Amino acid sequence: MSLTLADVERIAALAHLELNAEEKELFGRQLAGILDYAQQLQAVDTTGVPATSHVNTQRSERADTLKPSLAIEEALANAPDRALEAGLFRVPRVIG
Amino acid sequence: MSAPATALETRDAIAAGRVSAVDACRDALARMHAVNGALNAFNLIDDERALASAERVDRQRAAGQALGPLAGVPVAVKDNMCVRGQRTTASSKTLDRFFPPYDATVVQKLETAGAVIVGKTNCDEFAFGSSNENSAYGPVHNPWDLDRTPGGSSGGAAAAVAAGCVPLSLGSDTGGSIRQPASFCGVVGVKPTYGRVSRYGLIAFASSLDQIGPFSRTVADSALALSVLAGADPADSTASTQPVPDYLAALTGDVRGVRIGVPRAFVSEGVDAPIRTAYDGMLDTLREAGATLVNIELPHAKFAIPAYYLVCTAEASSNLARYDAVKYGYRSPAAKDGSLRTMYLKSRAEGFGAEVKRRIMLGTYVLSAGYYDAFYLKAQQVRTLLRQDYERAFQSVDVIAMPTSPIPPFRLGEKTDDPLQMYLADIFTVSANLTGIPGISVTAGFDGGLPLGVQLLGRLFDEPTILRVADAYQRATSWHTRVPPAPARG
Repeated sequence: MSLTLADVERIAALAHLELNAEEKELFGRQLAGILDYAQQLQAVDTTGVPATSHVNTQRSERADTLKPSLAIEEALANAPDRALEAGLFRVPRVIG
Repeated sequence: MSAPATALETRDAIAAGRVSAVDACRDALARMHAVNGALNAFNLIDDERALASAERVDRQRAAGQALGPLAGVPVAVKDNMCVRGQRTTASSKTLDRFFPPYDATVVQKLETAGAVIVGKTNCDEFAFGSSNENSAYGPVHNPWDLDRTPGGSSGGAAAAVAAGCVPLSLGSDTGGSIRQPASFCGVVGVKPTYGRVSRYGLIAFASSLDQIGPFSRTVADSALALSVLAGADPADSTASTQPVPDYLAALTGDVRGVRIGVPRAFVSEGVDAPIRTAYDGMLDTLREAGATLVNIELPHAKFAIPAYYLVCTAEASSNLARYDAVKYGYRSPAAKDGSLRTMYLKSRAEGFGAEVKRRIMLGTYVLSAGYYDAFYLKAQQVRTLLRQDYERAFQSVDVIAMPTSPIPPFRLGEKTDDPLQMYLADIFTVSANLTGIPGISVTAGFDGGLPLGVQLLGRLFDEPTILRVADAYQRATSWHTRVPPAPARG
């Protein structure tokens, strides 16, 4: 199978990755090769076979009780940009 | 260099007062500094923190307090596990300046057991890789041949044990990332049953496949480590509440009556001759020790690689969506002048290496509308068929033996041009992750000075049997006592 430039750009946009022209060409080619290889799964008869999304079937529940969490300063400590006094992460303008 | 002390020997010597934890720690640190130039196995060597931990153990001993099962043992931790206040990078530019505000559960358990964490080992970026060539901090070199890869993604952790820096290290295994580097570095590596060890604090790659496990030179040391690491965890809903057996007690040395499954068809193609020899040799040794060999079939095993690379990349694309430069992680300087979306696009593009981008792209594609059924859903169905193959096999055998890798340790740069070629080398390891079963790799031979590993796979939560068989094999052989040539100072 092959991936068009438009395909590659659509996937990159979904993944929030900015790719340069070389990367688009390289990944387009490599991804097509890998997907070609993955096509062999089509030969497997999976009629009526349930999907396994997880091998773990245990139910884990706990009471919804409050516990201490991270202090605000700790939570903000690794932020690239923050307003410490307000206890907020800072990002480029979203609205307007 | 004579064979370095094991974790058990170190622990016992410290408990008996024959050596101090501080001295054991200094020795480890000195060796790490001496070889890291040549190996690049460590992203971080934390002398100060390590010595402080060692001093604590010595004070406890002096005060007559009970010591933990790993008291004073130097341990290295793969750099994708959070250590509070200690730089943790997942070998990615994205997390180059990340200082976790919490400890991974395995780190807490190690410290409660008295272990001395000496540093963070280099790995493939976000654990994506089979050669440790995808690290933002440069490749790790195989201690047996510096021109070759140590395997991946836990290459640094395997190399650290092989080079005699530490007797124990922790790695993570999503498609073979403990077992394959163990094979390439001539050490023991264990991927526990999915859910046996908590993933809390492990930087996630594929959440239904990831498991943390030990590297060591002896099976007994891995059994000791596993007994510390295993168990339920309120912080990880996928960590099993199944009771933890006494793994050391399981090492009886007796394999009489153990039925070993040999998937002849699966291991007949594409395996290098010296590896076939090592594999057949291991089977002979175990048969002579009283085990029975049983031919089995795993009809869907040949589909494990495509299934794996669709499932793991899909999960990875979702797990790596959190690297958005908001709460932590690299933010592009170009973000200042643009929109929020520009910040995401540029920060991620500049922070991630090529293999990471490639897998995110692949995963995003197979999950996208129009392709989900044909790729992702199909892969999950094949995963079910693979589970059924193994369940059927375990009705007539107790362990399944197969090579760890079809090829011996390859040269740095040999497979970096063709990602698919790199992926194909995982053929024997990915099934254990897809099915959740435990696996251990032990050295079963050498070819031209390069170690060759063989795997033993067991039933879910039956680590005791695979450990017992692997330990019996080590008792009957001496591959594990060989040490690599001294690397040149970097």
